[in-house]
Amino acid sequence: MTRKTIHWPDALFNIVNYFLLTLLVIATIYPFYYIFIYSISDSFKAQSGVYLWPAGFSLESYKAAVHLRGISQAAFISLLRTIFGTAITVVCCSFFAYLITKQEMPFRKVIYRFVLITMYFNAGFIPWYLTMKAYGFQNNFLLYIIPSALIGFYVILIKTFMEQLPASLEESAKIDGAGYMVIFSRIIFPLSMPIIATIAVFAAVGQWNTWFDNYFLVENPKLQTLQLLLYNLLNQSNNLSSMTSEQLTRAGAQKVMTPQSIQMTITMLVTLPIVLVYPFLQRFFVKGIMLGAVKG
Amino acid sequence: MEAATTAAKVNPVIPKRKLHRDGIKLLLMVLPFILIAFAFSYVPLFGWIYAFYDYKPGIPLSKTEFIGFENFVEMFNDPSMGRVLINTISLSGLSILCSPIPLVLAIMVSEVKSGWFKRIVQTTSTLPNYISWIIVYSLAFSIFSTDGVLNQIVMKLGLSDTPINLLGNADRVWSFQTGLLIWKTVGWSAIIYLAAIVSIDGEQYDAAKVDGAGRFRSIWHITIPSIMPTFLVLLLLSISNLLSAGFEQYLVFNNMLVADRIEVIDLYVYRLGLITQDYSYSTAVGIFKTVISVVLLFTVNLFSRKVRGESIV
Repeated sequence: MTRKTIHWPDALFNIVNYFLLTLLVIATIYPFYYIFIYSISDSFKAQSGVYLWPAGFSLESYKAAVHLRGISQAAFISLLRTIFGTAITVVCCSFFAYLITKQEMPFRKVIYRFVLITMYFNAGFIPWYLTMKAYGFQNNFLLYIIPSALIGFYVILIKTFMEQLPASLEESAKIDGAGYMVIFSRIIFPLSMPIIATIAVFAAVGQWNTWFDNYFLVENPKLQTLQLLLYNLLNQSNNLSSMTSEQLTRAGAQKVMTPQSIQMTITMLVTLPIVLVYPFLQRFFVKGIMLGAVKG
Repeated sequence: MEAATTAAKVNPVIPKRKLHRDGIKLLLMVLPFILIAFAFSYVPLFGWIYAFYDYKPGIPLSKTEFIGFENFVEMFNDPSMGRVLINTISLSGLSILCSPIPLVLAIMVSEVKSGWFKRIVQTTSTLPNYISWIIVYSLAFSIFSTDGVLNQIVMKLGLSDTPINLLGNADRVWSFQTGLLIWKTVGWSAIIYLAAIVSIDGEQYDAAKVDGAGRFRSIWHITIPSIMPTFLVLLLLSISNLLSAGFEQYLVFNNMLVADRIEVIDLYVYRLGLITQDYSYSTAVGIFKTVISVVLLFTVNLFSRKVRGESIV
């Protein structure tokens, strides 16, 4: 085995393996890259084809996109729902998980089941729609942040983590007379930071990407999210060009721009936050899914 | 759980009255969360009642006619229902058929020796998992639409005179959508398998090597058997999700040309409800889907308990 001969099946395997994986990497990255080079290309030169390099260079489409009607408001709403939605999810899931770890709580198991079982059923579209309307969540920002407060899967992950914290920490605080709230906020919550951070990242990406609620229940343009704005734009440019000249002149663009350039640019702008936090995401997500896998 | 139980055993002399007061305190604190779960997951279930009435938006339920199971009977006479079920099961079925792909990817990645290449593959292939279907649609649109980059290349090379419209091709829509789904999820799904592969004891491979096993035999006899349990659990879960073919994906990729073949049960429920405004029938179809899904989940869970000796939910 120590002889330095080339083992042919092995070498062949390596070549094929590296080749296929390289193809996968290209297939994954190219669409993002394509959008990027198109968005920084000169709008009209790009029409005749962009493949590997930008055609000319121009940031006009970014200038135009930033001035597009409603986009700053949509960005603000997306940001707001990401921040508040994440905060509410994290606080609710972690505090509930903490309470559930308390043996002295009556009906503990029943309550835990009552919440967890919600992961496995779904009343369906119309009942969901009518209930949200009945709560007054139509055209209401609360729709984005309240229904997702308690998520069974996150509760499992946080509870699993809290259970392996040393019980002695909590007991000494209890002897000193600290209540549940104090113990949770001063001791348990800070100690659970690894899992809390993971959940926060999970929830934030979810919030940033969610548009479903917006699509069905929010018509108020002031509450539109970036995702839906992009979706509407795509559907408009499906019927094409009607929007461009008019909307862009209003946006004060110096040259008239093609709808494609604007579409690519907005896609870039919506994707960018994800790509920027991606290195952190990756680490947290992998950790999170491992914990989930342990639960199995 | 074990830790908490032992903690309670270590400290058994808490006065009974204090325990009682703590219990009430805890119940009061947990109450808001019970209410949240109730309000957002259980209350909508009361909406199921609409399925048994001939409800029209605007008229109060008390003034509408009770029709019992009529809506459910209608489902069997509804010609759309068959088409929608075929679409749903075909799309789910295709993705179940493709479920070994992430497993294969995980094995391929784990066989890579160079660390930086491994990292690049893992990092890039998981990226699409974090973007919304709207972004995927936008990316697909810029590549596959009639004036997308793919058609520009095809035309330039003279492979075809007319642009290929993949997004509006009803014959290819199932495979195209499955392809997109794989593109979006393969890297992420592979992570679970990679985690399982990493936890395999390296000595097993060394021992196999000493016994003269080559790479393929190591993969076949060590890697694959040790990730099989994970694969089975995920496979069973995806079978229980048979009727929940991704709603968002097909909603964004829906258009007039492909509508007949892409309309899955969730989309149909939405169209019946919000577009045709037939709340009652839409709810009935939704109930049908939920009930079958829950039954499937229990079935695969039971199967798993019988065969593997442990349940999956």
